[in-house]
Amino acid sequence: MNTTPIIENRIWQPELECLPRPQLLALQAERLRAAVARAATVPFYKEQFAKLGITPEQFKSPEDVRRLPFTNKSDFHNHYPLGLLAVPRSEIARFQGTSGTTGKPTWTAYTKADVDRWADLCARFLVSGGLRPEHTVQISFGFGLFTGGFGLHNGIQRVGAAILPVSSGNSVRQLMCMQDLRPEILICTPSYALKLMDDILNGGLDRKTIAIEHAHFGGEPWTEEMRTRIETGLGIRCWNNYGMAECGGPGLSGECAYRNGMHLQEDQYIVETIDPDTLETLPDGEKGELVVTPLCREALPTLRYRTRDIGIIYDDGFCPCGRTTRRMSRILGRTDDMLIIRGVNVFPSQIEAALMTCESVAPHYMIEVSRPHALDEVTVHIEMQPNMFSDSMKEMQGIRDKIAASIYGVTGLHMHINLVSPNTLERFEGKSRRVNDHRKLVD
Amino acid sequence: MKIQQISLFLENKPGHLNAICRTLAQAQINIVTLSLADTQQFGIVRLIVEEWQKAKEVLEQAGYVVNVREVVAASVADKPGGMAEVLDIIGKAGVNIEYMYAFAFRHGAEAVLVFRFDNPDRAIEALKAAGRGVFDAVSLFSKPK
Repeated sequence: MNTTPIIENRIWQPELECLPRPQLLALQAERLRAAVARAATVPFYKEQFAKLGITPEQFKSPEDVRRLPFTNKSDFHNHYPLGLLAVPRSEIARFQGTSGTTGKPTWTAYTKADVDRWADLCARFLVSGGLRPEHTVQISFGFGLFTGGFGLHNGIQRVGAAILPVSSGNSVRQLMCMQDLRPEILICTPSYALKLMDDILNGGLDRKTIAIEHAHFGGEPWTEEMRTRIETGLGIRCWNNYGMAECGGPGLSGECAYRNGMHLQEDQYIVETIDPDTLETLPDGEKGELVVTPLCREALPTLRYRTRDIGIIYDDGFCPCGRTTRRMSRILGRTDDMLIIRGVNVFPSQIEAALMTCESVAPHYMIEVSRPHALDEVTVHIEMQPNMFSDSMKEMQGIRDKIAASIYGVTGLHMHINLVSPNTLERFEGKSRRVNDHRKLVD
Repeated sequence: MKIQQISLFLENKPGHLNAICRTLAQAQINIVTLSLADTQQFGIVRLIVEEWQKAKEVLEQAGYVVNVREVVAASVADKPGGMAEVLDIIGKAGVNIEYMYAFAFRHGAEAVLVFRFDNPDRAIEALKAAGRGVFDAVSLFSKPK
């Protein structure tokens, strides 16, 4: 446990983040009852509650969350697009989205109050990681369905700092904005920060022309080794935060000035770790799959969402920062085959769905991921089949372009397409492993 | 007046073309002529053989992706300007050449070219009208006198 802060220790909502533990647990229990009552209005939960004999009054302590059934990503898919909404459409103030496991995204929705609470959740980790009202913040996350762009935008607005919404990509323009408007805070994926760092250090830019002091990273897992590289390379502080669209986006947890892991925002979430095989809740300190129950979300009251992210909730007492919340580790892996490519979640099944739109039969394929420089590169190796082959080079290149466009349409990512001979890709018995990931994303 | 061409998908890697040739050699199939079109990653091999059905069968059995296409084999005077004369005929007919390559052997005093046209029938008509020879398989593979 670190006992000295790296920067000044600031807390955005001390009345909630530092609530004495017994009061916090009582608040969690009260909010859990309300969340269960809201979920009971959604047919998907109502049916399960009837089967399991669940009523809101049974929830007297936060541990009672274990009585609830799990929610999986497939449940969003099975009730596409908005079957899990708990409020009328007229009350929705915001939609965001994330990848689905097929050609369709997973939608998340917010009431006005949900957007409001989300802004405070983002403000909490931004302020603990150096954001001040007088700062300018360059957001290099994409502004779109991705929860990162607009989520952090709202958080910065809540704090009262200036927003410089450059959005993602085009590093020449990113660096120009950084030099000309001199923002103190940068928000991007950690791998994009590595790319910008390479451009700054190798592009002959004077580091003094850039005023960045802190960077907040999200959207993809990263390592302590990457933190050290970027912090020493650019002389800035890099901060970690966590969240997923299905449970409201970023702000579920974030680091404080002491850097003892990421504080769970326990007034608004109950977070458990489970054994993904037995589905039993694990004691704190043990590595397992994170399961998240948002307590306050009105639009989408997701219960016990199985994140498929692997992490640890620490059991070494409370952080000296003054917060009374438990803390979690970095994300240490996944229990499914989801990939995160340049901050975008990608499922191999999405690529299969894209191939199906090009060819009647999905050809055998393999996804190869690497990070040759700072950014992820994906090559999809596809075995030729007779219906795809032509003696004309123009038609062959057309097929390749069509596949690439179809994958872009589903995932939003440009991937390399490599056509290979039939029966040359490895075959697997049982559960096929379609992914060959050469990146090192875990310490 | 068209002949059958066999084409195969080929990865751009050492030994891959040789493997195709070996497969045909084992089946006693002679490659009359071939052309290669390549990109950095993959290529297309186009072959003219006498027994194209047999070639297709053995190549498919060996696991290759094979495509059969009708192409036009036309004669060209084997002298300066011979090629230009044929291209003039095709150009005037408004036909586009998707690809072409030459035969390894001469047919009498003439060279033979293989074409894939966007409109083969119009090209054949124009070539014949201009007095150029267009071969079918029988006339192409018969020994010239």
